[in-house]
Amino acid sequence: MTLAAELDNARPEKLLAPVLSAFWDQPDSWTLETYERHEGYQGLKKALAMSPDDLIAYVKESGLRGRGGAGFPTGMKWQFIPQGDGKPHYLVVNADESEPGTCKDIPLLFANPHSLIEGIVIACYAIRSQHAFIYLRGEVVPVLRRLHEAVREAYAAGYLGRNILGSGLDVELTVHAGAGAYICGEETALLDSLEGRRGQPRLRPPFPAVAGLYACPTVVNNVESIASVPAILQRGKEWFTSLGTEKSPGFTLYSLSGHVASPGQYEAPLGITLRQLLDMSGGMRPGHRLKFWTPGGSSTPMFTDEHLDVPLDYEGVGAAGSMLGTKALQCFDETTCVVRAVTRWTEFYAHESCGKCTPCREGTYWLVQLLRDIEAGRGVMADLDKLNDIADNINGKSFCALGDGAASPIFSSLKYFRDEYEQHITGKGCPFDPAKSTAWADNHKEVTA
Amino acid sequence: MTENVSLGMPQLPAPPYPQDVRARLEEDAREIIARYPGSRSALLPMLHLVQSEEGHVTRTGMQFCADMLGLTTAEVTAVATFYTMYRRRPSGEYQVGVCTNTLCAVMGGDAIFEELKAHLGVGNNETTEDGRITLEHIECNAACDYAPVVMVNWEFFDNQTPESAKKMVDDLRAGRTVEPTRGAPLCTFKETARILAGFPDERPGAVEATGGAGPASLVGLRLAKGEAPNHRIVHPRGEVAGQEGE
Repeated sequence: MTLAAELDNARPEKLLAPVLSAFWDQPDSWTLETYERHEGYQGLKKALAMSPDDLIAYVKESGLRGRGGAGFPTGMKWQFIPQGDGKPHYLVVNADESEPGTCKDIPLLFANPHSLIEGIVIACYAIRSQHAFIYLRGEVVPVLRRLHEAVREAYAAGYLGRNILGSGLDVELTVHAGAGAYICGEETALLDSLEGRRGQPRLRPPFPAVAGLYACPTVVNNVESIASVPAILQRGKEWFTSLGTEKSPGFTLYSLSGHVASPGQYEAPLGITLRQLLDMSGGMRPGHRLKFWTPGGSSTPMFTDEHLDVPLDYEGVGAAGSMLGTKALQCFDETTCVVRAVTRWTEFYAHESCGKCTPCREGTYWLVQLLRDIEAGRGVMADLDKLNDIADNINGKSFCALGDGAASPIFSSLKYFRDEYEQHITGKGCPFDPAKSTAWADNHKEVTA
Repeated sequence: MTENVSLGMPQLPAPPYPQDVRARLEEDAREIIARYPGSRSALLPMLHLVQSEEGHVTRTGMQFCADMLGLTTAEVTAVATFYTMYRRRPSGEYQVGVCTNTLCAVMGGDAIFEELKAHLGVGNNETTEDGRITLEHIECNAACDYAPVVMVNWEFFDNQTPESAKKMVDDLRAGRTVEPTRGAPLCTFKETARILAGFPDERPGAVEATGGAGPASLVGLRLAKGEAPNHRIVHPRGEVAGQEGE
């Protein structure tokens, strides 16, 4: 073992690698001035010195994969855009962060919006787009405010608009606030919504790369994916691939939440484990133990304390039967009723189902009916197989991934916690006290005050 | 929702906006439409715009959107009813949304919501008699590391307790200035809707209010820099109420 590795073991926090979050603690971190003081817009200058095709190849070789959930290689997405087709090309940034548990893009945009804007200009240069859009969920006005301001600053400084940095590149950037619909995080529903329609997913093919926004070639990328590009250009693809694992290179934001001692954002190379993150951050809240957790939001099958050492990269999580998703590590301790948790998630999917396809619209509705009955002690044993059966009729048979996501917590909770469901049925009710799960449950001082 | 659907006589055409209001809104609408290669893309921001005029999306507002964009009112209504941020009826000046998605609910969001309902004497999606507050439960708002979260006019109130939330709504009803943990001092729901329509908040200090990243956003960075080894101090849970609004 090398000295460096020993040091890492002794100080687990050395496993972290703040890049996007590196100067969030600086005064006025959201301003152009602070960004420029921290290598801001240097990656763009390097990108503009390359040809667009070389730039696409470079991002492809870096191995950057989508940070929005699916993990599709970003450079390859850019390469799919047909060139010389005479049509306008569009870049649409998916900032509709709404997956339960996911909370990385919103703090990123609040503290460092220019990293996204720089990435957008680079991506537009690569795919020959002159108009980009940021589709931000509407329910985050503080972030919208800072995006408005950052875009204004970037135009004033010549990073957006006509003839950017004298390169001849023109890019218009429009910030578009959504209006409250989880489904718009699905890229084709997002495009319909951006066109002023109900946010319902489209049939594919054609894929957005061929017929996206206004039926023109369109790249849809997650905020974190695009915001990661400037650092790759500035520090080099070799630096990027030196982080993370072979198939999942680079750094990413892990969002720790729930019954942990220190919830928050932890930027680290891909492949870190939940055990390492908990070890360095103080573990679960005192006196409690981990019961179940999600690796990447509620749509990714849940894990238990058996999975603490699963490497949190695309392959590692996949091999363990779940998905890396958005790296939203929601941790629940032994006070939490898994039936209550799954019921609430399922109510969410039923509420957010757009209604376009039958398996999802009807299936989520009936899942909620069964789960509410079980939680209230009115269930029967046959309901458990029925839950599995309905989830099976949604999973893979729906129009888009919302349906698959709705099935995930059902399958995984029945796999790991079937006995707890049975307990609700035989005991005719929930054996848990929700008061013990609250953030203030162990705060005795406050209770007596 | 079905109880709100009118099955009665067909309605007369929506009354138009007064001329001066229409002239002002037309100017705003043209600015919104100019942002997009296709005019229909302006529909969502324009629905936010008409909401900023009357506090909810009225038939007059939908007719206005249809006129400006060359759509039918049926097309506009189809969109307006799809998205949860558009209100269909008059509501309060401050929209208090308690996150009751799984993580916030478990961490105390359910308890906060129940206590606020009792404290304000209203149910989900109902408005207090003084017209100040509309209470509702909301879905995950991308702030799970600050759970339980309450949003007021879509500004973040992090790490809430029943006590802090009750104090906050009392302050709002008493007309005291209320500041979020992340975001700008509260403006009215109508003013918020105008920002959502894409018109930047012009109030001095609004962009920089509450500083850079919130405390939870910084825990990883501080740890990596060797600062704050005792992370228990990062989150003084439930002490949000301690920041005096006066």
